[in-house]
Amino acid sequence: MSEAKTIENAVCTFCGCVCDDIELVVAPDGKSITRAGNACELGRAWFLEHKIEDYPVALVDGQEVPVEDAIDAAARILVKAKFPAIYGLSDTTCEAQKEAVAIADYVNGNIDTTTSVCHGPSGMAFQGTGESTASLGEIKNRADFIMYWGGNPVEAHPRHFERYSAKAKGIYLPNGRADRTIVMVDIRKTRSASEADIFLQVRPGTDFEVLWALRALVRGKYVDETIEERTGVPLETLQDLVDRMKNCNFGVIFFGMGLSMTRGRHFNVAALLALATDLNAHTHFVANPVRGHGNVTGADNVVSWQTGYPFGVNFNRGYPRFNPGEFTTVDVLARGDADALMVIASDPAANFPRKAIEHIKSIPVITLDPKPTRTSQEAKVAFTVATYGVNVPGTVYRMDNVPLPLRPAFESPYPTDEEILRGIKEKVCELKGIQRKNVA
Amino acid sequence: MASELKIKNGKVYDPINGIDGEIRDICIRDGKIVDKVSDDAAELDASGMVVMPGGVDMHCHIAGHKVNLARKFQPEDHRHDVQPRVGGLRSGSGGTVPSTFATGYRYATLGYTTAMEAAIPPLGARHALEELHDTPVIDKGFYLLLANNVCLNQLLEQGRMAEFRDAVAWWLNNSKAYAIKLVNPGGDEPWKGRKNSNVHDLDQPISGFDLTPRKIIKALIDVSNDLGLPHPAHIHCNNLGHSGNYATTLETMKTADGRRVHITHIQFHSYGGELGKNPTSAAREIVDYINEHPNVSADVGQVMFGKATIMTADAPLTWLLRNMKKDKWINADTECESGCGIIPFSYQEHIYTHALQWAIGLELFLLAKDPWRMVLSTDHPNGGSFENYPKLIKLLMDKSFRDEEARKANPKAIANTSLLDIDREFTLQEIAIVTRAGPAKLLGLKNKGHLGVGADADVTIYDDMADKEAMFNAARYVLKGGQFFINNHEFCFDYEGSIYHVAPEYNREIETVLKPFFEDYYSVQFENYPVDDRYIAHGVTVPATT
Repeated sequence: MSEAKTIENAVCTFCGCVCDDIELVVAPDGKSITRAGNACELGRAWFLEHKIEDYPVALVDGQEVPVEDAIDAAARILVKAKFPAIYGLSDTTCEAQKEAVAIADYVNGNIDTTTSVCHGPSGMAFQGTGESTASLGEIKNRADFIMYWGGNPVEAHPRHFERYSAKAKGIYLPNGRADRTIVMVDIRKTRSASEADIFLQVRPGTDFEVLWALRALVRGKYVDETIEERTGVPLETLQDLVDRMKNCNFGVIFFGMGLSMTRGRHFNVAALLALATDLNAHTHFVANPVRGHGNVTGADNVVSWQTGYPFGVNFNRGYPRFNPGEFTTVDVLARGDADALMVIASDPAANFPRKAIEHIKSIPVITLDPKPTRTSQEAKVAFTVATYGVNVPGTVYRMDNVPLPLRPAFESPYPTDEEILRGIKEKVCELKGIQRKNVA
Repeated sequence: MASELKIKNGKVYDPINGIDGEIRDICIRDGKIVDKVSDDAAELDASGMVVMPGGVDMHCHIAGHKVNLARKFQPEDHRHDVQPRVGGLRSGSGGTVPSTFATGYRYATLGYTTAMEAAIPPLGARHALEELHDTPVIDKGFYLLLANNVCLNQLLEQGRMAEFRDAVAWWLNNSKAYAIKLVNPGGDEPWKGRKNSNVHDLDQPISGFDLTPRKIIKALIDVSNDLGLPHPAHIHCNNLGHSGNYATTLETMKTADGRRVHITHIQFHSYGGELGKNPTSAAREIVDYINEHPNVSADVGQVMFGKATIMTADAPLTWLLRNMKKDKWINADTECESGCGIIPFSYQEHIYTHALQWAIGLELFLLAKDPWRMVLSTDHPNGGSFENYPKLIKLLMDKSFRDEEARKANPKAIANTSLLDIDREFTLQEIAIVTRAGPAKLLGLKNKGHLGVGADADVTIYDDMADKEAMFNAARYVLKGGQFFINNHEFCFDYEGSIYHVAPEYNREIETVLKPFFEDYYSVQFENYPVDDRYIAHGVTVPATT
């Protein structure tokens, strides 16, 4: 028995906040974490409930096999398929994500991440409109006007207020909360709303109208009073908001899936991004998506730099093509295009639409996950892998695109996503006779 | 057994070693140029071909957060220009901001084997290195944005110069950077904190600080020299793009006071005329100063007609352009360190300003007496993609082609420059200087840019053709570290390339000054900020020069 080990400045990957100030204490047997200092309730659960499981490393058709055999089986499925789809990736390291994109490239497959079911519309809006944005520290240092739209940070990102926004103290806001105006916009009064100076309750499905009215008011255009009947927000409230936005020193709008995944989707986000851009004619103004998974932003980045496109990328023609709605995973499954599926760190069989799930059940599936999932129960090949951040080092990107290094607490007996994916990649190349030589 | 190769009968251009088009053999063993090889060495007959060292791009934007934003921002720029997978090489997409793999392969196709990413905020260093790792074939490095660093500016305004120097060295070490970059010194503070304003004069106080742009410029030029960095302070001057900005550029060069300094994409900083009115050419004034001052070097930042992407740490500039063009726009602030702006762009022959910019760039090349200090760049992709280099080379080498192109451009703009009066045509030796030997020398990369004994065996072999654009468009052979990457126009080998960085000495006590600042004003832990060696798997530390 050794002493309890302490890891300082550990990085929590439970949500997109990616807090990097966690103090972990590892049990003397090196198999669990007994304390996660500084973590929020979600982060504590993430670290403290992590146990080394007793599942087989690799299963093929439900039977335990040596890992090499499962890698071989997975590679053969992917090589044999005409339209292999690879999906997930937002809860693993960038190092593993790179291997997954390489496999998609070598098998002329489809690659997509959970972005397509969360902030995918934000990515599309960004391509159409652009975006004024900032790293979270800039908001902590400078933002005297902070608005959240369609998000509930108190419950979903519990340390967002404290570390990056409402309650943080910064260079130009030495008094923290007292120096800032906080506005919440949502369809219901959440726990976050009760922390705000101003709460706007918009009627469900009218976010776009409210945002468009704000844009009009910022530009000094006429807005009819009937806006209240449609959206539930009085015109004078909107005008007051616009005055505050135009007169702040540095404003930010954080937006969540309440905006990107409700009626209007990328139109909603584009309206919000355009509003933030318009406000730059008056003062410095930015907008930031509040992202969910620990490394979903890394997935966007890796897929972008390797292919040119952020998600929903298809290599069927031997080069990357991008088309959300066509190459996004829900669509390739629901249409019945994909004839094999590899899922890394996600559980589409539990949360995709019915038609997509039915198709998953009809094709060979490969899964990589630290725990059994609904999808892994459907899998022909299932790998149990070590957990990133807890057991695995690597790189993750915070929701504002800031890269951080993971500091794992203890070793897992399971292989990493990266190791399994690299093995599959090498086997794929061997099966397809692809010569790869990498030297420096 | 040692791997040996003799390249025979090629016409060799190696300006650093004074070889100007002589027929010579080049011998290679184990990735280096040697004086001779054994009789068993493989041979390549380069008869009728031109042999040069691999190209060196000393200023481009190819990796990091800003580049990746621009990449995912413009699907419309990729889809017409695909990069299919060839064997074990990776696929990708092109356009003005290609994917990482495509960037490496396309540079190599042109015969370039080294490229430097020119603007990375320290907080994004890890990201830049991840992308550079995925940029194959070429050797690379990046410059570190330090001229709007709040912590450094606080030390500077308090006159704590020893600590300032140690902090700069700490930052270079902990980001694995190659050189110090200044962009619009002092401009971030008014942009982020004072309702999107900017600084316009080197002696204007910077709001929030007891400091002027000139003080920042002077301090960083001095530190670069004092630390003996292989490349001096690399400066994007204030007032980029504004009419009359040549005066600011001259003042910036004067601030160096005889010490080494590099002014980047100087074309964008060589405009006469009055602020708010149409610019005129001040290429002559700029070139005259540089001709007389051997401590100053520049890369041109040539504008090429067609699609470009403006991406810069000079955020106020892109906001200005956005309001002229009303196109989609990105702004991205990095806490305590930098701003960033991105906007799609196209340079059009018929537009006065664009035609003038094009002509000024060419004037700068052609009027400069010393090509070693006025080297080739398009500030990729700001003035246009690096894939325009072959056409640019033809413009420099072929007066009749140049005049023909000038006649297609806005006549008023061309008439406001001396371009048509200039008869100079670059020789192949001068092209070798501005694309290879010069940049390598300015970067202090002693094993690059030449083919002398001990140099890296980065060699490019072109067919000797009359049409220089066709000639430089696709090298017949490209060797990287002695291995063929392109063999008779076929890709044949994937190669990761190395990361070049500096590691100047400093007093570790500086961390006691920096750590409290981080704890108060950064959003990441001080301990998680330094980039460790894992991100430079093939790193090369370039020592200080004395």
